[in-house]
Amino acid sequence: MFRFLFDRDTWQEVFDSFSKNKLRSILTMVGVWWGILLLIGLLGSARGLENSFNRLFGSFATNSVFVWGQSTSKPFMGFQEGRQVKLSLSDAKKVEENVEGIEFLVPRNQNQATVVRNFLSGSFGINGDYPLLDQVQKKNLIHGRFINQNDIDDNKKVVVISEDAYKQLFEKDEMPIGEYIEINNINFMVIGMFENGNVNMGPTSDMHIPFTTFQQIYNQGDRIGWMMITGKPEYDIKQIEEDAKLLLKNLNKIHPKDSRAFGSFNLGKEFAKITGFLTGMQFLTWFVGIATLIAGVFAIGNILLITVKERTKEIGVRRALGATPFEIKRQIVVEAVFLTIVAGIFGIITGGWILIGLDAAFGQGDDAAIVNASVSISVVFIALVILVILGTLIGLIPAFKATSVKPIEALREE
Amino acid sequence: MLKIHQLHKSYPIGDSSLHVLKGIDLNVEDGEMVAIMGSSGSGKSTLLNIIGMLDEADSGDYILDGLPIKNLTEKKAAVYRNKFLGFIFQSFNLINYKNALENVALPLYYQGMKRKERQEKALFHLGKVGLTDWAKHLPKELSGGQKQRVAIARALAANPKLLLADEPTGALDSATSHEIMAFIQQLNDEGKTILMVTHEEDIANMCKRIVRLKDGVIMEDEKVNQVRAQEHV
Repeated sequence: MFRFLFDRDTWQEVFDSFSKNKLRSILTMVGVWWGILLLIGLLGSARGLENSFNRLFGSFATNSVFVWGQSTSKPFMGFQEGRQVKLSLSDAKKVEENVEGIEFLVPRNQNQATVVRNFLSGSFGINGDYPLLDQVQKKNLIHGRFINQNDIDDNKKVVVISEDAYKQLFEKDEMPIGEYIEINNINFMVIGMFENGNVNMGPTSDMHIPFTTFQQIYNQGDRIGWMMITGKPEYDIKQIEEDAKLLLKNLNKIHPKDSRAFGSFNLGKEFAKITGFLTGMQFLTWFVGIATLIAGVFAIGNILLITVKERTKEIGVRRALGATPFEIKRQIVVEAVFLTIVAGIFGIITGGWILIGLDAAFGQGDDAAIVNASVSISVVFIALVILVILGTLIGLIPAFKATSVKPIEALREE
Repeated sequence: MLKIHQLHKSYPIGDSSLHVLKGIDLNVEDGEMVAIMGSSGSGKSTLLNIIGMLDEADSGDYILDGLPIKNLTEKKAAVYRNKFLGFIFQSFNLINYKNALENVALPLYYQGMKRKERQEKALFHLGKVGLTDWAKHLPKELSGGQKQRVAIARALAANPKLLLADEPTGALDSATSHEIMAFIQQLNDEGKTILMVTHEEDIANMCKRIVRLKDGVIMEDEKVNQVRAQEHV
């Protein structure tokens, strides 16, 4: 059945009719070429945007919500409105125990402090943290390590600093690990240095010290600044946020309908918006690409229809010489598929060039808008399969047209 | 070779229909060379087309070499045409983007012959019409007489039983016409059965038998003394 595909004569015929009408064939292919070009270019760019977005947020557990205390807006159980709400470690513990779907809960504290080292100094945000933070908000450590459980247990005076803080407090090429810096006149040993992330969620985090040490030096007692809650992937982070807030209101004697008592920032919700946007864009890309492709294939069908009309006499001669209708149809379909595939492959190649161009123009550096703009092989494959199918279908129209004319009428045609 | 009995054919024209062939009876034996003559509208081309299986009769019998030709599918007709018939047209009908050799090889291609064998055979037939040196030339580089010789070679390539020629000299000047007729006569001498439509008396007289059609019926069917075209060249 498909042996003719490997027959030199089949291709000779295709090549002959192609080279006979070079300009027209090339114009014909422009439509499909443009469709594939758009599809590849747009899909690649969309992927590039997604990649850059993922790189930005890659260090965060995106299924997260931050909750902090504000002041009440409704009187409740004998308390006046306007009461300052302070979260405590025991609140955090209860939330973690009672709210369904929590993967991690990280209580955090922060204060602004002056940090001095030799003759250099600066004002930095000091965070009291548990080792768990590293799980939720991955720190890219350049040197050393993050806070560990030992540091917590022994209230160690150690600090993990950001690269920015390092630049302000240290000379160039100086090794920070093991050096001491003064925070609020207390000496801390630097145990690690991390890369500044692209996106800072929550207050600036220049330095991290053990949670317990923070409690001690700031006399914090049980109070915490805010908590970071990360949901398990299968749970809805919005639900977790609501449950946690309700429980916290209960624990702190706050009116259940008081919406201002706790502030929160739901990273999951924000993230979903952007993910939704990206998905939408990808859908649009496919839609536009496929639609253009179909238009291009129709152009091929249209031109072939004209070609067939022009070749009516030739087809009549061929049939007089013994070509069966099937052979004529097959030839025209092969031509259609050939034109679509050649155009498609050119489109894929030039689409690839465009992506390379985009990468060179916008894809370099840390803050690149488009990262690794590319399409996967499967997309290319799908596009080719679609082309073959569409090419075959569209080729059938002129093919049937060609054999619908009786050979005698075809021969009479001048 | 060819038996036709009470062949009728009419074409619809608007609401009415035009009765083109009104009961044709014709027998052609092996090795005959028959000219079908008639004014335009006499039905001579229609008859040739029906014999060539390019058209189908409304009623009547047509038996080619013992094979009844009736209710053929397009596919079957194509196979029969390829196997039994060679066509020579007034306007040559060469495929203009294929060279002489490829044109001659075309019927063999549709027979499913291997490329190499096909080309050898086509070259042989091209040699028979004296155009070996022109094998690689496109039709537009050939003169009218040469084009018709290529067409003859093509008609012969598949070794058909019957050669059908529709005004083969209609587009040629008289010297070239005689040259072509000489070829056709030579083929007939070699034993090919030839059926030719023409409206030129001198060309008809180069055949062995003349069938005259008028208004869809055979008026006259006579054997003639063949005038050898060679004498006119």
